Amino acid sequence: MDIGVEAYLLVSMLLFCIGMAGVLVRRNLLIVYMSLELMLNAANIALVALSRFNDNLNGQVMVFFIITVAAAEVAVGLALIVALYRRHKTAQVNELNSLKL
Amino acid sequence: MDLHSLIWIAFLLPLAAAVAIALFTRGNRQASAGLSIGAITLSFILTAAYSVVTALNQGGAKASEITWLSVNGSAPGDALNIGLGILLDPLSLMMMMVVTGVGMLIHIYSRGYMKDDPGYSRYFACLSLFTFSMMGIVLATNFVQMFIFWELVGVSSYLLIGFWFGRPAAADAGKKAFITNRIGDFGFLLGILLVWSAFGEVSFSVIADDIAHGGNKLVGMGKFGCLPLATLAGLLIFCGAVGKSAQFPLHVWLPDAMEGPTPVSALIHAATMVAAGVYMLCRTIFIFDDCALLYIAAIGGFTALLAALMAVQQDDIKRILAYSTLSQLGYMVMAVGLNGHGEGATAAMYHLTTHAGFKALLFLGAGSVICATHHEQNIWRMGGLRDRMPSTYWTFIVGTAALMGLPPFSGFYSKDSILSAAAPWINGHGNVILFVIALIVAFLTPFYMTRLVCVAFHGGARTDHARHAKESPGVMTKPLWILAFPAVFAGWAGIDAIFADHFGAHAHYDHWYSYIVGPMEHAPFVAAMGTGLALLGWYMASLLYKDAETDPLPEKLGALGFVTTLMRRRFFFDEIYQRVFVAAHDAFASVANWFDRWIIAGLLVRGSHGTTELVGRVVRMLQTGNLQTYAAFSILGAVALVIVFLIA
Repeated sequence: MDIGVEAYLLVSMLLFCIGMAGVLVRRNLLIVYMSLELMLNAANIALVALSRFNDNLNGQVMVFFIITVAAAEVAVGLALIVALYRRHKTAQVNELNSLKL
Repeated sequence: MDLHSLIWIAFLLPLAAAVAIALFTRGNRQASAGLSIGAITLSFILTAAYSVVTALNQGGAKASEITWLSVNGSAPGDALNIGLGILLDPLSLMMMMVVTGVGMLIHIYSRGYMKDDPGYSRYFACLSLFTFSMMGIVLATNFVQMFIFWELVGVSSYLLIGFWFGRPAAADAGKKAFITNRIGDFGFLLGILLVWSAFGEVSFSVIADDIAHGGNKLVGMGKFGCLPLATLAGLLIFCGAVGKSAQFPLHVWLPDAMEGPTPVSALIHAATMVAAGVYMLCRTIFIFDDCALLYIAAIGGFTALLAALMAVQQDDIKRILAYSTLSQLGYMVMAVGLNGHGEGATAAMYHLTTHAGFKALLFLGAGSVICATHHEQNIWRMGGLRDRMPSTYWTFIVGTAALMGLPPFSGFYSKDSILSAAAPWINGHGNVILFVIALIVAFLTPFYMTRLVCVAFHGGARTDHARHAKESPGVMTKPLWILAFPAVFAGWAGIDAIFADHFGAHAHYDHWYSYIVGPMEHAPFVAAMGTGLALLGWYMASLLYKDAETDPLPEKLGALGFVTTLMRRRFFFDEIYQRVFVAAHDAFASVANWFDRWIIAGLLVRGSHGTTELVGRVVRMLQTGNLQTYAAFSILGAVALVIVFLIA
């Protein structure tokens, strides 16, 4: 059975949508953050798949960069979440509405 | 120093007094009265001195001006120069003598009449302001100066009518006078603008010269509708006189003006200010064409008749005199309209001069009565004052005789000159209808004056106040006696010769005694008719009102009794004006109010602010502060962009 690029892209899209749904509906900040990572990795899958099927390594190189930067970003993001939790004693997104006047 | 500087000083003194009282002596009653009386007395002396000297030197007309306003136009003919100055000729000097002479006596009288009033200083400041303004009109060299002082006189009249502003009637009367005058003044202003646009000039002497040498430039200006502009200009300027001299249809303010203190009624609303309209017509007589003059005469005659009829059934002593003033002013205006070759203007100014004296006398007499009876003004609540107030009574009788036009009192001569100006067979411009009207008025005048004297002074006292009335103090009776002199003798002094000279009318005097017998020589029939009707009016009224307790006229007239109701209610003019003009004004105001409330304030102001607020409320709902909502928006935005790009 031959698996085409469409299947990989379908998986990527599903992952992206699941991540997006998580970002939009989950209340816990950590889960939201994890969903965000899911969306990022969905994009990575799409890049790798397209790179493989086009016989071009540019996409895969790009993915290495993304994973590296994402690791750093996670460190910063988690640190922010911890700081936020210490300040507001909560990690529920709907309670963190101090952006509103 | 030139001789005419005297008049400048006389002109400015009352202003200085008014300013000094307002600034420095408000708290000091005696100083205020002294300043005001001193200023006008000095003005009178200076004017008299100047008049005598110029009369001796046979000096002609003189003018002295300062530039008040100067505008350079783009074209040579466009420049406008308005002066503020004094114009000295027999007309203005005679009028100055009247204003300062009568004014001086009334100032002195006021010291007694107002002595218990808390607004004593304010009263004298206003009186001085009035004197200054009135002299500004009399001495005006041009239309604009006349208009400025015209308005100043209006203001001081307003201040003095509403002097007792705590009384609603007085405050309303002041407003009524001011607003009614404003209607006339608007016409006056339009007339001045029309004259200015035609002549490019507002000075009396320049315009008069222009007309005398080059013809009336207004004639060439075409027509407004079917009315030639020359006539229109005359009628518009006449509007000013209609307001100030209280002619029909703007006559309604004068009787109400009697709410002011009685000396004010005497000075402003009988002797001088209301005569300003007549004076203005005589001063600008050159501007009126025949058509305008006929209209003026008709208005004057109608006013004279209407007011005399109203006077017959009034009960308030001051109102009777007020309607009589209206009627006499109508006489004067009618005479101006029947000008001919200056005879009419002569007669009008002559009557103005004598009337100023005897009407001031009558008003001051009425004031003396009112004071003595504790501010009772209804003649049916007086009676029998003859024995208790002899000075007031006898001077009042002299004034009444002059007003009736009985020879040899001054009123006879001036009224006779008006009658002969109206008689078509004597004055080529006379008019039969107006002559008949003048005769009817000559009958009605003695009728209502006799009624007043019989009811108020004769018979028995009807109330306690009348029973215990005491003669007024000397400060009030002395001016009465002084004013009684011109009321008797002013007709013998040849005042009309001065005016006839000024207006270029033919004077009929050859001998030294012809001043006294002039009317009988010149127009015996007219003089006889005038005197006969005066005696008839006196006789009928004295029959009717001798020992009357209530007015017998409505019963005597029988079926015509409703006429007396009309007279008593002043032909319902106030009510008609109330219904027509005030109601129309109210309706218009309510429409404007509706428009303002619903369209301006509602739709435009509240509408725009409401729309902004509504949009703000909606947009604010987007700003939840919730992270996930923002995320949803950004995703929706991305999706929208993708859809747009994929479809396009």
